[in-house]
Amino acid sequence: MSILVDEKTRVVVQGITGSEGLFHTRQMVEYGTNVVAGVTPGKGGQKVDGIPIFNTVSDAVKEAGANASAIFVPPAFAADAVMEAADSGISVIVCLTEGIPTLDMVVVRDYLKERGSKLIGPNTPGIISPGKCKIGVMAGYIHKAGTIGIISRSGTLTYEVVDQLTKRGIGQSTCVGIGGDQIIGLDYVDLLSLFENDPGTEGMIMIGEIGGTAEEEAAQFIEENVDKPVVAFIAGLTAPPGRRMGHAGAIISGGKGTAKEKMEALEKAGVRVVRNPALVGEEMGIVLGKRKK
Amino acid sequence: MKIHEYQAKEILKSYGVPVPKGKMAETPEEARKIADEIGEKLIVVKAQIHAGGRGKGGGVKVVTSPAEAEKAANEILGMTLITHQTGPAGRVVRKVLVEEGMEIQKEFYLGVVIDRSKARPVVMASREGGVEIEKVAQESPEKIVKEWIDPSSGLRPFQANKIGYELRLDPGEVGKMKNVLFGLYKAFHEKDCLLAEINPLVLTVAGDFVALDAKMNFDDNGLFRHKEIGALRDLNEEAPLEIEASQYNLNYIKLYGNVGCVVNGAGLAMATMDIIKVAGAEPANFLDVGGGATVEMVKNGFKILISDPDVKVVFINIFGGILRCDTLAKGVLEAVSEVKVDVPVVVRLEGTNVEEGRRILNSSGLNFTVASGMKEGAEKVVEALKTKG
Repeated sequence: MSILVDEKTRVVVQGITGSEGLFHTRQMVEYGTNVVAGVTPGKGGQKVDGIPIFNTVSDAVKEAGANASAIFVPPAFAADAVMEAADSGISVIVCLTEGIPTLDMVVVRDYLKERGSKLIGPNTPGIISPGKCKIGVMAGYIHKAGTIGIISRSGTLTYEVVDQLTKRGIGQSTCVGIGGDQIIGLDYVDLLSLFENDPGTEGMIMIGEIGGTAEEEAAQFIEENVDKPVVAFIAGLTAPPGRRMGHAGAIISGGKGTAKEKMEALEKAGVRVVRNPALVGEEMGIVLGKRKK
Repeated sequence: MKIHEYQAKEILKSYGVPVPKGKMAETPEEARKIADEIGEKLIVVKAQIHAGGRGKGGGVKVVTSPAEAEKAANEILGMTLITHQTGPAGRVVRKVLVEEGMEIQKEFYLGVVIDRSKARPVVMASREGGVEIEKVAQESPEKIVKEWIDPSSGLRPFQANKIGYELRLDPGEVGKMKNVLFGLYKAFHEKDCLLAEINPLVLTVAGDFVALDAKMNFDDNGLFRHKEIGALRDLNEEAPLEIEASQYNLNYIKLYGNVGCVVNGAGLAMATMDIIKVAGAEPANFLDVGGGATVEMVKNGFKILISDPDVKVVFINIFGGILRCDTLAKGVLEAVSEVKVDVPVVVRLEGTNVEEGRRILNSSGLNFTVASGMKEGAEKVVEALKTKG
């Protein structure tokens, strides 16, 4: 099974005629994702690869029954695109864009509160339920359908972990990239809750990094609400303080947000914290093996 | 993006925040002239670097004449100022702020920062001014007053009132502090800051509020809509290789080890640094060529790495998702053809078009060690360091 996206998901691509949007739409379609529409204001009525393009998300919902959105829109306009999707009743919004101003995201989060949409990202590779639906830019072929839920702030580090799992025959129910920014949509706590309640998920992997307190909040949530096994890797034990390590959210500020603190908080909550990034898949294998006994 | 104190004060002044009379000087003579113009009996000469703790490090001097200001500036300009925030190497001081000294009655802390977990800005204020707010937060959090900003209404006057009375100001003072607070908040909001802080905000003997120090950190993601802020960048505060990398839109941070890293993706780049450490070596840098990197970016990243004399071995760790492995391989070969590479290179490729990428590298005739996983890659790096001697 899976969470948030599956074979019934109907995707509208906002920014479908841009070079990134078009390239990845074709990749998603090739994977088997049901892309039912695209939106590029001004190009409504046209088609690309047989996919109808609309001027607004609201039209895409009305005419094509879209219920999820992939946003490939530049930073200056991406926050508005998220709000448009929410306003149009899209249930799952995946915003791939890196570089959205933080204060724009403050407004987006507030806007989303009143509406039922779930936001994944921004600055994310997306979400994939292997074999069913991929909304994003990840290489589909490294994934395998299975029972492990993955929640990650990273892109390629997630692929690394997925690859380790798949090569061991351990499949994934859903992999969610929550993104590398300071202010994001769904966080670890939201997804741990969904995975805990998903009968098709038997364990979770958290991939975190320096900056913020999301992993610590997750640790508290796990202690009180999660029985399924959780394995975690936190990147940035060697990161210097005060520097932004690529991701807008990866910064140790005023001594807070270190990898060490996060690892300690998670271990205290019973999470199996792995210190070597090459051994995450192996650790999950051990954990699952123990449970079968 | 960081700016200097004198620049932050200019911005806040334009938003109605009172700041001490003063100007930035780059030579002792300029310092004397400015002190003369200010004409007050107390003058402060402050080193301008993108780090705190300048006073303790000897970068702040209080003087009583323009001649003394010139002498103080002469001592501070050109000094290597070491503070707990600069790192042991310190920072060379090239600018000083010469301003009037204030007669301080009380020091406060006032700041606006993003609260990530609540996804909104928060105003923090405290009677513990002039000390590091993180220390106060750790030792006596009850001494910090907080008001979160509702995005749909912004900072409300009643919130500023609340802060004023919780700081135990009397009614006249509350009104003056509110002006400062609204100026600070507006600057934060309009300029896309991540942090805007006045520490200390002093209440003078005469009963006025003045920003004795000011710090503003800007959201890099917001710079595209604030060209005037981008223009405030001081390249002297950045490492040369980092400046070069930023010109190529690469995320590069110089560290202190000898294993150069080229990785695609920030999380994987941090994990690569971590695994090098686990294997017993030290990373020389953080370098993320990004998911959307072109051959050009890969090439430039590699060249920057190679031009760092500290690098004794290069570890290329690429998981091709958006970035195709054949693209990477071509970039590396182009880099190598333009630059003399005399250090061992360990390559680990995985992902889209991996076989083609490996084929391109193997048929290049160059001395690359190919690893099949991150663990093996890190181990081969350590081996290469040992054999190099």
